[in-house]
Amino acid sequence: MKKFFKSSYLVLIILFLYAPILVTAVYSFNSAKSRGVWEGFTFDWYKELLERDDIIEALSVTIVCALIAALVATIIGSMAAYGIGSKQKKGNSFILSLAYIPMLNADIVTGISLMLLFTIAGLELSFMTMVLSHITFCIPYVILSVLPKVRQLDWSLYDAARDLGCTPTRSFWKVIFPELLPGILTGFLLALTMSLDDFIISNFTTGSGANNLSTLIYTAKMGLKPEFRALSTVIFGIIFIILIIVNVVALKKQKNNKRGNEI
Amino acid sequence: MKKLKGILFFSLALMMMIALLPGCGSGEKVVVYNWGDYIDPDVIDMFEEETGIEVVYEMYETNEAMYTKLKNSNNNYDVIIPSDYMIERLIKEGELEEINFKNVPNFEANIDKEYKNPAFDPENKYSVPYTWGTLGILYNTKKVKETPDSWGVFWNSKYKGRIIMMNSQRDAIGMALKYMGKSLNETDRGALDAAKNKLIEMTPLASGWYVDEVKDKMIGGEADLALVYAGDAVYCISQNKDLAYAIPKEGTNIFYDSMCIPKGAKNKENAEKFIDFMCRPDIQAKNAEYIGYSSPSTPARELMGDAGKDPTAYPDITKYDLEFFSALDDGTKEYYNKIWTEIRSSR
Amino acid sequence: MKKTICMIPLYVWTLVFILVPLAIVIYYAFISDPHGDASFSLDGFRDFFSNPVFAEVLLRSLKIAFISTLVCILLGYPAAYFLARSKSRFKFVVIILMLLPMWINFLIRTYSWLSLLEKTGLISTLLTYMGFGPVDFTGTEFAVILVSVYDFLPFMIMPIYITLLKLDQSHLDAAADLGANPAKVFFKITLPFSVPGILSGVAMVFVPSVTTFAISQTVGNGKFPLIGDLIQEQYMVVSNWQFGGAISIVTMAVVLLLMYFINRTDSDENGGGILQ
Repeated sequence: MKKFFKSSYLVLIILFLYAPILVTAVYSFNSAKSRGVWEGFTFDWYKELLERDDIIEALSVTIVCALIAALVATIIGSMAAYGIGSKQKKGNSFILSLAYIPMLNADIVTGISLMLLFTIAGLELSFMTMVLSHITFCIPYVILSVLPKVRQLDWSLYDAARDLGCTPTRSFWKVIFPELLPGILTGFLLALTMSLDDFIISNFTTGSGANNLSTLIYTAKMGLKPEFRALSTVIFGIIFIILIIVNVVALKKQKNNKRGNEI
Repeated sequence: MKKLKGILFFSLALMMMIALLPGCGSGEKVVVYNWGDYIDPDVIDMFEEETGIEVVYEMYETNEAMYTKLKNSNNNYDVIIPSDYMIERLIKEGELEEINFKNVPNFEANIDKEYKNPAFDPENKYSVPYTWGTLGILYNTKKVKETPDSWGVFWNSKYKGRIIMMNSQRDAIGMALKYMGKSLNETDRGALDAAKNKLIEMTPLASGWYVDEVKDKMIGGEADLALVYAGDAVYCISQNKDLAYAIPKEGTNIFYDSMCIPKGAKNKENAEKFIDFMCRPDIQAKNAEYIGYSSPSTPARELMGDAGKDPTAYPDITKYDLEFFSALDDGTKEYYNKIWTEIRSSR
Repeated sequence: MKKTICMIPLYVWTLVFILVPLAIVIYYAFISDPHGDASFSLDGFRDFFSNPVFAEVLLRSLKIAFISTLVCILLGYPAAYFLARSKSRFKFVVIILMLLPMWINFLIRTYSWLSLLEKTGLISTLLTYMGFGPVDFTGTEFAVILVSVYDFLPFMIMPIYITLLKLDQSHLDAAADLGANPAKVFFKITLPFSVPGILSGVAMVFVPSVTTFAISQTVGNGKFPLIGDLIQEQYMVVSNWQFGGAISIVTMAVVLLLMYFINRTDSDENGGGILQ
């Protein structure tokens, strides 16, 4: 009974998260250009999507940018969280609050101030400046994900490893890192999410023709266009398929490992 | 663990390589900075194919966002497409390059006389019209029986909750000013305060303040009356036959979005080639059909068939009192900002 | 020693990409006419405080952000708890399922709600069939809060989930053996244990939702200008950087102050939030 309650609660939350996406998916087959009316079934918007090479290009810019930004932010943020969390010093909490500023600030202010920074530095706005900006606003999300795990660390395990003759580096990777890993992974995923979602900061810090999907959607008001309903559905489908493959592989591995252990 | 580090390092290196790839092309190019969703993508492909010049295309959402980036970044743009009042401001600030019209023969040949030498560029040295349009009322003929021939319809409590106002400073305030018989470019503080109070008075009647979202709302029948640009009205009417467009008797705004070359453009000749290409009748026609805004070229309109005679996009401009927005002096601009923020913050 | 080295990248990054831009924002907030004589002035702040309308907008934004955060905690905590305590092999799938919608663009996600909430939308149509007449949910504070919760919920679930992972079942068992009822076990052990996660979640939900702007524009029908909309407009429409900078500095100060007090309540000093 209890288990049933738990599962149905999770199912409800997931339903809530998916309701608008599913509705969008249904409307992506609506032959009417506008949202309000249903005029019949069509694949036209998918065909049109395939012809829009600007969208396909923006999609690749978006993904590459998000991966680089999330990875770099995860490295910097995790290191910082480890440094901050394992040592209680006044200065640390000060630098921490500074690192959170991009989160506090309205996106447009962050975007314009970064643009001015690049201008002062003599840089031309391009894909690179966009990635640098994304790293900046991703870092606080990583820190916030890793920090709780650092605070939970059991240092006696680390000391034990040292006593047993491990080098500090080895003790770190063997004892500390695995403990932090869930936080680091979460941080990476949240940073990825933030990067995929941003449009205002990107809009002011990109240039030289590097449009990401969000700026394309934002400046062109494409959230309202039928092609984008199709795009949303396609992205969703792709991620979903990847998810299934990853899981099948993981389950198989688990089974193999179990068999291996038994032998 | 070593394996993990290896994978991380490898993927990082790979991504850096991918990231550097787009920067490789080094042929002829032209950097175009235009409004979002304001060109037929096929037209860009055609230009690239015909001339071999690569188009680097970027977009903005408002004239002011374009101005911010143009003025404050190190980036060079070759073609920008601002609106009239912004062009006036850019000319005043010396931000525009004179166009060499010898390289733009299609301007002379195809653009109508009426759209040359506009008030914001009287000698026509800096700009070539891209599109033009009017500001007016889009209404649902099933719900609004009489033709709304006056701006006063927005204050008619009969339509409470069925009105969509435009979330755009100059357009909303200008409309209120016109309704009161004033100029769109009013500088008198008293008149501006009156316009502010008029709009605050209207706020409870409005179901929402939008710019582009208005299209879906009107097509879907979520509202019955809206302040829109003619170009958006053309699109809405094509999607919902119950909709119609009217220009009120008090007069309204006429706007141009024109192609200009910013000072210091690195590929000026390519920019002129692009502008010339955009003035070709077949290209004008194709582009106007895609974006819905009006073409300033009669030869192009002839190619468009019925769409070229649509009274929504091509009203008889001599019949109405039409006025451009002009660039405001700093003090007045500040005052506009002040009342606009007050209007938008009120409920 | 090593821990200090870990901080260096953050120090460098913060200096270059956060402090310098912040200095630029502050410069513009205090300088009138940056292209002209560039003299010091407090006009931006004076404008903000001279008209009560702006403070009202700020308060409204804080209220909406506060309610959204509260709803996120109430909805997200049980989900995080069930997930963390579950031993199912589908646990990972469920977690990714919760993050997946976030990878579809924020704007698309927000616009998608219109198809549900409008008068001609799905919910209203269903209600009409049931005889409750068409209902337009857009243009209400309810819609703005609903979509804020939708957009930020995973940012609450994830940090709580990862802190609860470490919760030791033996502690809970011990407490139960000593006669504590489930409620007492939860409030005395589980909840305090997860406070760092909640604080991280609050920071990731409350702070950005104060200055978000697209949500009130779309499902709020632009009828509830929030402080984010106001700031956005100062830069994108009226190009008044001085006022824009002033509003954002005031907003930042208020949010920092609030976060400081929220973290103060966490007496164990193991907070993960801003300014502990």
